[in-house]
Amino acid sequence: MSLRPDLAIIAAHVARGSRVLDVGCGDGQLMAALRDTRDVDARGLEIDPGNVADAMARGLSVMQGDADRDLADYPDASFDYAILSQTLQTAMRPHVVLDHLLRIGAQAFVSFPNFAHWRVRASLLWGGRMPVTTLLPLEWYETPNIHHVTIDDFRAFVAKRGITVVDAWFLSGGKRTTAAAANFRAEHAVFLLRR
Amino acid sequence: MDSRFGPDRRATLATPLALDGGATLPAIDIAYETYGTLSPARDNAILICHALTGDQHVASTHPRTGKPGWWSRMVGPGKPIDLNQHFVICSNVLGSCMGSSGPASIDPATGSPWAMRFPVLTIRDMVRAQGMLLDHLGIDRLRAVVGGSMGGMQALSWSATLPDRVQAVVVIASTARHSAQNIAFHEVGRQAIMADPNWRGGDYYADGSPPAAGLSVARMAAHITYLSEAGLTAKFGRKLQARADGQAGAKTFGFDADFQVESYLRHQGLAFTDRFDANSYLYITRALDYFDLAEEHGGVLANAFRQTKARFCIVSFDTDWLYPTAESRNIVHALNAAGAPASFVELSSPFGHDAFLLESPELDRIMRGFLEATI
Repeated sequence: MSLRPDLAIIAAHVARGSRVLDVGCGDGQLMAALRDTRDVDARGLEIDPGNVADAMARGLSVMQGDADRDLADYPDASFDYAILSQTLQTAMRPHVVLDHLLRIGAQAFVSFPNFAHWRVRASLLWGGRMPVTTLLPLEWYETPNIHHVTIDDFRAFVAKRGITVVDAWFLSGGKRTTAAAANFRAEHAVFLLRR
Repeated sequence: MDSRFGPDRRATLATPLALDGGATLPAIDIAYETYGTLSPARDNAILICHALTGDQHVASTHPRTGKPGWWSRMVGPGKPIDLNQHFVICSNVLGSCMGSSGPASIDPATGSPWAMRFPVLTIRDMVRAQGMLLDHLGIDRLRAVVGGSMGGMQALSWSATLPDRVQAVVVIASTARHSAQNIAFHEVGRQAIMADPNWRGGDYYADGSPPAAGLSVARMAAHITYLSEAGLTAKFGRKLQARADGQAGAKTFGFDADFQVESYLRHQGLAFTDRFDANSYLYITRALDYFDLAEEHGGVLANAFRQTKARFCIVSFDTDWLYPTAESRNIVHALNAAGAPASFVELSSPFGHDAFLLESPELDRIMRGFLEATI
């Protein structure tokens, strides 16, 4: 089973044998890969009960819960990494979620779809409509993405809050793209952060 | 064939059991059943803990009612608790009336039933008795302890009381402490039993006239807490009973069971008195009301889980108002704080607290996956 490109990047950069909290872990695909290939002690938080059941059926430790509400219950520095993949833009208070990630984990992986990708820009500029793309497949009224963010937005955000970017990866159609062109060309961004 | 294993077993455990209440029982009987085959390494045992009025017949026909075991949909070859992989033990809790020592059994000191002279028990006492049973069976460590409702409380207590002896813990529709509302409903039941003139301070065993009316009312009150309002409405609504004079759907303007829900509850109450001892009901509800796992650990629930290395699986049901999801979340917060590997999910069901005993493909899937991961 091959991982989604942003998850593959995260999986390749998690240290072997580390402790990981995957926030918004879905059905546990990344957690299972980390457990099976990198001997990671992975825990998950997931809002959808069907996904939680799937992950539990895989023998993973997953809590049903809401990143906006339940991260406060995790002790400080209890994980080597906290992972938030494709979930930041769905949070009610993304900045609070990010603070919790960097409190709970020594480092945090954050991946999100780039709202400044050229296809999104084109849709708004030429069509005057909210974009519906493979990356953002749902109409405006049913998308769970309530805080659209661009790569440059995110860079400014972490700079302002004094968060260190340890590493960053930018993806377009599963291929890597350069940091310089990322805000225009990348569909996905993956950041590795620490306080 | 080892005579300790199989259906319908009973062990007399002669090691003195010091109880939380201060008394000591010099010897206890524990009735139990085992299912499946214990591995040569004795490392595939799962203990299933039953609920308040449950028993050891988890997957075998009940001797008094003739009904299938209370969790036979969950336990069997190829079932979620798969007897091809696991060896299952289910024992009647201390204080109950299906063969384990309790108020209805004979006090060896007097030669007559203990009745209310039986010492008051706690959930932890029941767990210690189960630990003694494991010693008797020669099983050092359990692959898992699994329980719903009061069984879930025993499973939690296992991880705190005998932390080295359990690898995984499954807690379904349960709580780490009895709430004021839980205690209140139980007190209604106890008062109903003790108000029955047949109760006679608990000494009713000699002449075969137990406080059936009181026990029946206790069961009726409790039964309401096991169902959801939506479930009751769907099943009965305001539907009326058929009348003896053939007039369907008319009120009698009397106090017979006009409504179907009344008739149902009366039947539940009466049927219960055929299979359960009123004094046992008093003792076990007392043990439940005393249950507060945090209190046993300096008031901090997370401390209960500091010693254990077990994995936890916590499941609640959205319509369970007896032990609502908030109680499971309370357990989950403590497990997180203790850093224990834990899973939690709230499943959707229209059936209230009873959902844990009923058909639930999601619960089956979770149980199977969680237990397979312990192997």
